[in-house]
Amino acid sequence: MFKLILLRILKNKLAVIGLIFISIIFIIALLAPFIVPYDPYRINVYKVLEAPSKEHIFGTDELGRDVFSRVIYGARVTLKVGIIAMGIAIITGTLLGSIAGYYGGFIDAFIMRIVDVMLSFPTLFLILAIVAVLEPNIYIIMVVIGLTGWMDVARLVRAEVLSLKEREFVLASKAMGVSSRRIIFRHILPNAVYPIIVAATFAMGGAILIESGLSFLGLGIQPPEPSWGGILSTGKDYITVAWWMSFFPGIAIFLSVLSFNLLGEALRDALDPKKWAENI
Amino acid sequence: MFSYLFKRFFLMIPILIGITFICFIVINLAPGSPAVFHEEFSPKASPEAIEALKKLYGLDKPFHERYLNWLKMVVTLDLGNSFVDGRAVKDKILERLPITITLNLLSLLFIFSISIPIGVYSALKPGSLIDRILTIFVFAGFSVPTFWLALIGMIIFGVNLGWLPISGIQSLGVEEMSLKERIIDWIKHLIMPVTIMSFAGLAGMSRYARSSMLEVLKQDYIRTARAKGLPENIIIIKHALRNALLPVVTLLGLAIPGLIGGSVIFESIFSIPGMGQLFYSSAMARDYPTIMGILIIGALLTLIGNLLADIAYFIVDPRIRVKKDV
Repeated sequence: MFKLILLRILKNKLAVIGLIFISIIFIIALLAPFIVPYDPYRINVYKVLEAPSKEHIFGTDELGRDVFSRVIYGARVTLKVGIIAMGIAIITGTLLGSIAGYYGGFIDAFIMRIVDVMLSFPTLFLILAIVAVLEPNIYIIMVVIGLTGWMDVARLVRAEVLSLKEREFVLASKAMGVSSRRIIFRHILPNAVYPIIVAATFAMGGAILIESGLSFLGLGIQPPEPSWGGILSTGKDYITVAWWMSFFPGIAIFLSVLSFNLLGEALRDALDPKKWAENI
Repeated sequence: MFSYLFKRFFLMIPILIGITFICFIVINLAPGSPAVFHEEFSPKASPEAIEALKKLYGLDKPFHERYLNWLKMVVTLDLGNSFVDGRAVKDKILERLPITITLNLLSLLFIFSISIPIGVYSALKPGSLIDRILTIFVFAGFSVPTFWLALIGMIIFGVNLGWLPISGIQSLGVEEMSLKERIIDWIKHLIMPVTIMSFAGLAGMSRYARSSMLEVLKQDYIRTARAKGLPENIIIIKHALRNALLPVVTLLGLAIPGLIGGSVIFESIFSIPGMGQLFYSSAMARDYPTIMGILIIGALLTLIGNLLADIAYFIVDPRIRVKKDV
């Protein structure tokens, strides 16, 4: 079955490109110290705002730091925030969604009202308000992005659970007296895992976009730590003289979010059993 | 109709309460209270003075009591005074709200007028060049950081080509212009912010219009219409389009939180004096009353948007009037 899914993903050219690019980002992030030509923190007053050249392929910034090295290191921050924020969103959403779907009644109504309330805030407003109140640092940003992004997952899991809990195998376990927790975790959720994987892939792209937006506004990752949004944010002030400071980190954000979205789309098709019958 | 509206209103009350509750929790996350703040600046303050100060701000009371007191203020639309300049938060927001709402309405209009024709066209010709371009555009629209797009737009159209102004909503010396010049000036200032704000929405909406249209074209009544020998454009316009566009109305409500949230980024990039910019400067200055006020207003706008979308759907689609309750 795994082979079948892999085969279906590999048939989608765009997804393969996405997958390759995601692997490249992961490798870059892991091996950053060995790849960078310069120390991303080293300031050089003689090389301020130099245009891209052979020495500095992405140019230098307002303090003479190598933009290429900073973009490479930025991949680490981006992936760290993306993965953990996505994880928090998926775990929260899955837990609340399955509780709401399984127990129904008042619990369901209560949880779904929380979802409604959370969805009525313009997302960026809520995140900015919390971050502004709590002094931004990387951990707070991960948690805040995660805790403001679980609602769609909860709705999705709830819908899956609602349809699964009426199925015979669940009714049989209930009749045998299996505990609710065990039914949810052992019998229901494993059957809902594909849509959750798809949601997680899209959530990763979303979290990267939000983190870079926050850093761009100066309320995300704080300098001198290099993050893509942060480099863009300083680049904005030098936009008329040094386009390369804004251009390259933006491309990095765009390509990585795009890769996750392409992969998510391909997974959605590949993991949908209804589509397996078609053209294999 | 009225019973539907009544129910819809009734359901909004718990959500409104939830919104105020979350706003209150957010502000109470702040480390330190105003009393501590004073203590830092005047370390000689006696414990009695600090107590008095806490009493003044109501900080000696338990959480739920403070929440209820604050809720009473909010219900009367008293959002407190700004820490920065001492003005009433309500006034500060109200003077900036029209600009933000205008921008959002303009970009909604822009999104709908562009995305529906594109989506419908590519549904009619699936696999065509336009359809494939649309697919790429949809992915790009979802993935591109719009603030970056705004910067690139500023470099190209503002700096290099010099076609469009890159900040504010009017030029210096606008008072001396004639009305016509003023309007042109205004439009020039708005082209870039509105287009870029709409980018993600355009992608999502055109894809939605496409899939909705594809779905409708598969229906039996379209086959019947074809079998009757109706001309193709009548089938498309009279039979398919009307049904395909119904669900698009609901998306109007869903697009609002993203647009309003995005106003923080666009208004600060393009220096537009709207609510988003006010929110950004308040966040940087930790002006809690203003942050809280805008948070509530933003959520209220979303709720109102959703309500309007629901009512519109209710009016447009005769079916739910009969069978679907809420």
